[in-house]
Amino acid sequence: MSDLLKMSLVEARDGLRAKAFSSTELTRAASAAIGQARALNAFVVETPDVALDMAAASDAKLARGEGGALEGVPLGIKDLFCTKGVQTTAGSHILEGFRPPYESTITAKLWTAGGVMLGKLNMDEFAMGSSNETSYFGPAINPWRRGNSETKLVPGGSSGGSAAAVAADLCFGATATDTGGSIRQPASVTGTVGIKPTYGRCSRWGVVAFASSLDQAGPMTRSVKDCAVMLREMCGYDPKDSTSVNIEVPDFEKACDGVVKGMRIGVPREYRIDGVPEEIDALWDQGIAWLKEAGAEIVDVSLPHTKYALPAYYIVAPAEASSNLARYDGVRYGLRVEGKDLTEMYENTRAAGFGREVQRRILIGTYVLSAGYYDAYYIKAQKVRTLIAEDFRKAFEKCDALLTPASPSPAFGIGEKANDPISMYLNDVYTVTVNLAGLPGIAVPAGISRDGLPLGLQLIGRAFDEETLFRAGAAIEKAAGFTARPQKWWTA
Amino acid sequence: MSEAVKTRGKLIQGESGPWEVVIGLEVHAQVLSKAKLFSGASTEFGGAPNSHVSLVDAGMPGMLPVINDFCVEQAVRTGLGLQAQINKVSVFDRKNYFYADLPQGYQISQYKQPIVGEGEVHVDLPAGESVTVRIERLHLEQDAGKSLHDQDPHFTFVDLNRSGVALMEIVSKPDMRSADEAAAYLKKLREILRYLGTCDGNMDEGSMRADVNVSVCRVGGYEKFIETGSFEYLGTRCEIKNVNSMRFVAQAIEYESRRQVEVLESGRAIDQETRLFDNKSGVTRPMRSKEEAHDYRYFPDPDLLPLELDDAFIERIRLSLPELPDAKKARFVSQYGLSPYDATVLTAERETAEFYESVAKDRDAKAAANWVTGDFFASLNRDNKAIAESPVSAAALGELIDLIADGTISGKIAKDVFVIMYETSGMPRAIVEERGLRQVTDTGAIAKAIDDVIDSNPQKVEELLKKPKLIGWFVGEVMKRTQGKANPQAVNELLRAKLGDRIGS
Repeated sequence: MSDLLKMSLVEARDGLRAKAFSSTELTRAASAAIGQARALNAFVVETPDVALDMAAASDAKLARGEGGALEGVPLGIKDLFCTKGVQTTAGSHILEGFRPPYESTITAKLWTAGGVMLGKLNMDEFAMGSSNETSYFGPAINPWRRGNSETKLVPGGSSGGSAAAVAADLCFGATATDTGGSIRQPASVTGTVGIKPTYGRCSRWGVVAFASSLDQAGPMTRSVKDCAVMLREMCGYDPKDSTSVNIEVPDFEKACDGVVKGMRIGVPREYRIDGVPEEIDALWDQGIAWLKEAGAEIVDVSLPHTKYALPAYYIVAPAEASSNLARYDGVRYGLRVEGKDLTEMYENTRAAGFGREVQRRILIGTYVLSAGYYDAYYIKAQKVRTLIAEDFRKAFEKCDALLTPASPSPAFGIGEKANDPISMYLNDVYTVTVNLAGLPGIAVPAGISRDGLPLGLQLIGRAFDEETLFRAGAAIEKAAGFTARPQKWWTA
Repeated sequence: MSEAVKTRGKLIQGESGPWEVVIGLEVHAQVLSKAKLFSGASTEFGGAPNSHVSLVDAGMPGMLPVINDFCVEQAVRTGLGLQAQINKVSVFDRKNYFYADLPQGYQISQYKQPIVGEGEVHVDLPAGESVTVRIERLHLEQDAGKSLHDQDPHFTFVDLNRSGVALMEIVSKPDMRSADEAAAYLKKLREILRYLGTCDGNMDEGSMRADVNVSVCRVGGYEKFIETGSFEYLGTRCEIKNVNSMRFVAQAIEYESRRQVEVLESGRAIDQETRLFDNKSGVTRPMRSKEEAHDYRYFPDPDLLPLELDDAFIERIRLSLPELPDAKKARFVSQYGLSPYDATVLTAERETAEFYESVAKDRDAKAAANWVTGDFFASLNRDNKAIAESPVSAAALGELIDLIADGTISGKIAKDVFVIMYETSGMPRAIVEERGLRQVTDTGAIAKAIDDVIDSNPQKVEELLKKPKLIGWFVGEVMKRTQGKANPQAVNELLRAKLGDRIGS
């Protein structure tokens, strides 16, 4: 049974079409595996009944030779996506019990394509975190361990539940979102593939907002091709999202041929950062060598404003978040803690409903937007953002994609960084620039750390050129031959 | 800047000398649109609480605003009507504050880059003068919902029907110098908006509200402001929030300007503050500090792209603009030979002007003006009816004027016919025929009536030698005998023919 779940998404899709097995079989297997993997705390809501209904409907379609691109494929959904009638919390106490009367555009598209919903995936509260430890529902746990150590490791964040579920073969793919690295960093530390597409590719309608100008949804899977197949079904123009871009969606799957001959790969020198473990840079060099061997031209490029990216990000993202999270006020839905008057009700509700990290970012965001500080922080950060975008524009005159590490370290232990926000924020050092510039970025598993943990590499592309990322990502995947799987210690 | 602006205005006498009053208005006008600014929900007034609320208006998680193009068009139309600069790029910002009837926790507004820039409004004053009030800007924003504090002893209820409704905030420069001018400006602005069809101007329903900025300064201060552009010469201002009728605007200014003079005369300073007008007592009072201005932490709404307009869009709207009150008034004076006063009255509402023009078409324009501004308006006003509800159509009133012109009825009978028309919605020709009101021009019948009067009043005929004015009495008697239907001119002529030699001189 569980062998069924080890397949890639593409294999599952093809097997379903060939009637080698049914969606109901896959779905039962996945729901059973999820039930046995509660130690991972990857799912915050399991929806086995919904899943079986959807699977039965898919089987009926498949029997008639019909069905969409993902017909019958069981998927996990990050709890940031509103799902009609199914609890959606964004990992927060303040939304506990909230059942949206609507379905996000992305999940609606996935269901239209035939996807089967297994449940809602754990995440950092409101997607604020790099370790899943800020979730109100407790952290998701990385299926990977350091050798024989029983130390519980983080699956990265904020899409930690998505990463853990995919890495532990609980689903064939999961939705995720990335505001500063929340798809690519967890992918990197769980040995999975995750792409953050170009800003505007995927609709944000019905996805709980963290930082609107940076948030972008994408898939997490176990292979590059899986990622391409799933992304194609997630993206597309949505008139309900004013920042959605009306541009044709290519057949990403076709781009996964790994042919990089003649491709120019930029290596940004500013991404060699002091204090980063040697094995990170070593893996990066290995990646460069692989692509060179495969026929790519390696180009040295400069992104001079990189060092300002993280500070700028931690102004822009909290600023937008402080405003986006104002709606959680206890008046209309979610948690309400009464008080003697309206103001006290707000204070009680938001003090009880939001965790410490969310409160910290609301405070930072409120501060940087305040009269007297706005120009010095917010405006300055926006200027930095423009400069960073300009850096990339210039770099892409010399190359077709950039290769960088995806995370500055392998998975770390639960609690190791929880009390040091700055060191936690540094997890995004390779990824935030991409969000600030609105570009696509993919993380592909590439190697194993000294401790036996997965490490990924990141490819960054031009706006709306995800195809180049899939092409080069497939080349790295092929060269790396990454086949390691975590030991299945979690089975109940 | 015109001379009038510098020197006009009402002075307030203080013990230490006279003070000038300076007023600026921020008018919130609800955009006439079926749907809200960023959602498809209905804007209809008077729905059951929370019956016109979309997921966006309720601030549900993950919901996103999408601009309603029609509201943008309405704002541009208004800008063009105010002879204002249309900004081809404008930006929506978030104005952040917490309140129970503000579901998103912020209002989407335009702060640094509004859709419309500087313009002007020509304001007619009662004394026949007119002044120009400059417009600073016009921007689009969302309305909030409504908190209902009187529904329950313990709870405040929230109605989100208004949440997200499109408003235009029209900000004037501080160019008004008295309560009357402010009221006249508001009246004129309302007139223009109604002409344009961009706001219905219903102040009762809250579709137009004004925040009134008032300050007082020493005589000459305003002139210095105009010269230098520096607001310091205008004195410290107070903002009176949400005044919802022209009368209250005038009352609030009267009260507030006198209050400020009193404060200054007593040697104290004016606190720059936000005040509320109590329309029962007619006074303004400071808002409690909690209601006071916050730090709104404006920043560009990342859910919305900058609003970009192209020339073709603006031009298309420009070409569709109706004739506005000023132009129409000027045309009425030149084309119809009306007095400026009549022209002003007849152009105050688009419907009135249209009604008048259809009555006046191919007729005596002055007679048409007299009828419309006279008996017609008097009847509608008495019954508090709008033109659209009038039982007398323009065609009917025109026909009545035709009946006078061709001598079918006299002006006097016409007044009676009008009353019947108004009561029955009937057409005048039919009424005249049915009721036998046609003027008698048959000289035989008139001559007979004259003979009867002469024969039965020999005394009066005698007196006529000494009192030639008595001829009027004879006319009256003849009219009586003909039930007023005799053509007065024919009566006069025949009387003079028969009695000519007897009329003294």
